[in-house]
Amino acid sequence: MYLFGNYFSCYYFQNFDEMNTYYFDYASTTPVDLEVVNKMKDCMSIDGTFGNSGSRSHVYGWKAEELVEEARLNVANLINCDSREIIWTSGATESDNLAIKGAAYFYSNKGKHIITSKIEHKAVLDVCRQLESESYEVTYLEPNKDGVITPESVSKELREDTVLVSLMHINNEIGVINDIEKIGKIVKKNGSIFHVDAAQSAGKIPIDIQNLEVDLMSFSAHKIYGPKGIGALYVRRKPRVRLQPLFHGGGQERGIRAGTLPTHQIVGMGEAFKLAKEKIDEDYRNLSKYRDILWNGLKDMEEVYINGAIENSFPGIFNMSFNFVEGESLIMALKNIAVSSGSACTSASLEPSYVLRALGRKDELAHSSIRFSFGRFTKEEEVKETVKLVKDSVNRLREISPLWEMYQDGVDLDKIEWA
Amino acid sequence: MAYSQKVVDKFEQTLKNPKKASVGRWKPGDKDFHRVGTGIVGAPACGDVMKLQIKCENIDGTNKIVDAKFKTYGCGSAIASSGELIDMLKGKTLEEAKNISNQEIVDILELPAIKIHCSVLAEEAIHRAIDDFKSRRNND
Repeated sequence: MYLFGNYFSCYYFQNFDEMNTYYFDYASTTPVDLEVVNKMKDCMSIDGTFGNSGSRSHVYGWKAEELVEEARLNVANLINCDSREIIWTSGATESDNLAIKGAAYFYSNKGKHIITSKIEHKAVLDVCRQLESESYEVTYLEPNKDGVITPESVSKELREDTVLVSLMHINNEIGVINDIEKIGKIVKKNGSIFHVDAAQSAGKIPIDIQNLEVDLMSFSAHKIYGPKGIGALYVRRKPRVRLQPLFHGGGQERGIRAGTLPTHQIVGMGEAFKLAKEKIDEDYRNLSKYRDILWNGLKDMEEVYINGAIENSFPGIFNMSFNFVEGESLIMALKNIAVSSGSACTSASLEPSYVLRALGRKDELAHSSIRFSFGRFTKEEEVKETVKLVKDSVNRLREISPLWEMYQDGVDLDKIEWA
Repeated sequence: MAYSQKVVDKFEQTLKNPKKASVGRWKPGDKDFHRVGTGIVGAPACGDVMKLQIKCENIDGTNKIVDAKFKTYGCGSAIASSGELIDMLKGKTLEEAKNISNQEIVDILELPAIKIHCSVLAEEAIHRAIDDFKSRRNND
């Protein structure tokens, strides 16, 4: 395309600026795998499997039901559970709502104390806040400085009236992994329900429910190359976990989640999970490679920090702070690279990332943070190019920064009285 | 949040050619430092720190700003706002500089509501710089 020089390329491509954009925001969402798209397309129009899987009386319904159950089995196989333990939802947010509210309400006779952490996704934190306004008591655990919620910290807060513990498997901002195997044992010994938000981990690191004492687990399709708007909730059968439903209606999904099943969405999620099971090792190897290229390229810069211990992290999510450079200005400087920042300027609330603050990071390091997240379609050349662009942009922004100037002058920024 | 093209342009010009955009500083010990006023506003914990400096000369009996420099830690809008303000300062008297309203910066850069505080911070910085210059003239 460049053979004819810039003059022609401006005509050839509609948006010249889109040419070299690199996507490093896979933790936010992923593109749908083409194999998934193709399977979904066959479930929509009149020539496809458009029927309502709840229609018991004709072939349109039966065909749809067949595909729904095939997809359900694909999701179950990824985590090694029984197909009947998978409930379809509209996404991990709904799964979190259904799991936490559903269990808290159903088992309220056991108690009204809930344990979660300060660094959960809003889909868990906001649900807990809501339950607090309904006279539930919630304990929000602090992560250690590496970003991990330790089994010991859970143990300390468990009480007789603890009805539910909800913790994420992989943290979406810093990529740190919680030991849900150990934590599950402790929670179950206490007789409480254990819910795990696996939105970022399913299909990326191995999950074997037979070896985990987990009662409820949330899944999202769009984090693993499936479509947005569909997720699932694992609900243990042995011993049986019961939930008070959020939706009432046609009694679908064993009365746990009413609503006509969206065949095309479900087929999409099933296919995405099937592909994930096939590609999990290869994907992980590639992500490790990209993360190492990025960190090795940047680690020798002055005053750069990793947020979340690298030894205990999923390599697909990598969060760094570049001291003395504000995150949004760095994102603007990296204009053709899609990343996200923990800076206040990038959030609607103008508050810096609560996850980074909970790690004990000073506010300015939260403001200077960038999350890079890699995925199945990331290319090695893109990562190498990004290393160069990040270095160049950080250096340029430090030239403009009064804080970098003070640091170089040997001023102790902590001692200054800012107006 | 879509960025205003004006902010993006100003920001990119500043990064590309900082000297031309008046990025820099005068420090104590520099030859003409007694003619410089410095204003620092904001705090790292807030994600915004602006340092504006003006160099003045007495021309026909009034102090005029003959040169200005800045350094900013902050988002693209903050960098663009402080840079834009610096451009407006050269040649102005201290009174004229004091009367520049943040609204002028908002209009030129087409700042969205959520970024107006960047222009307010810039306006505050120039007031501090002017006050600093005046107080040091009084100490002469």
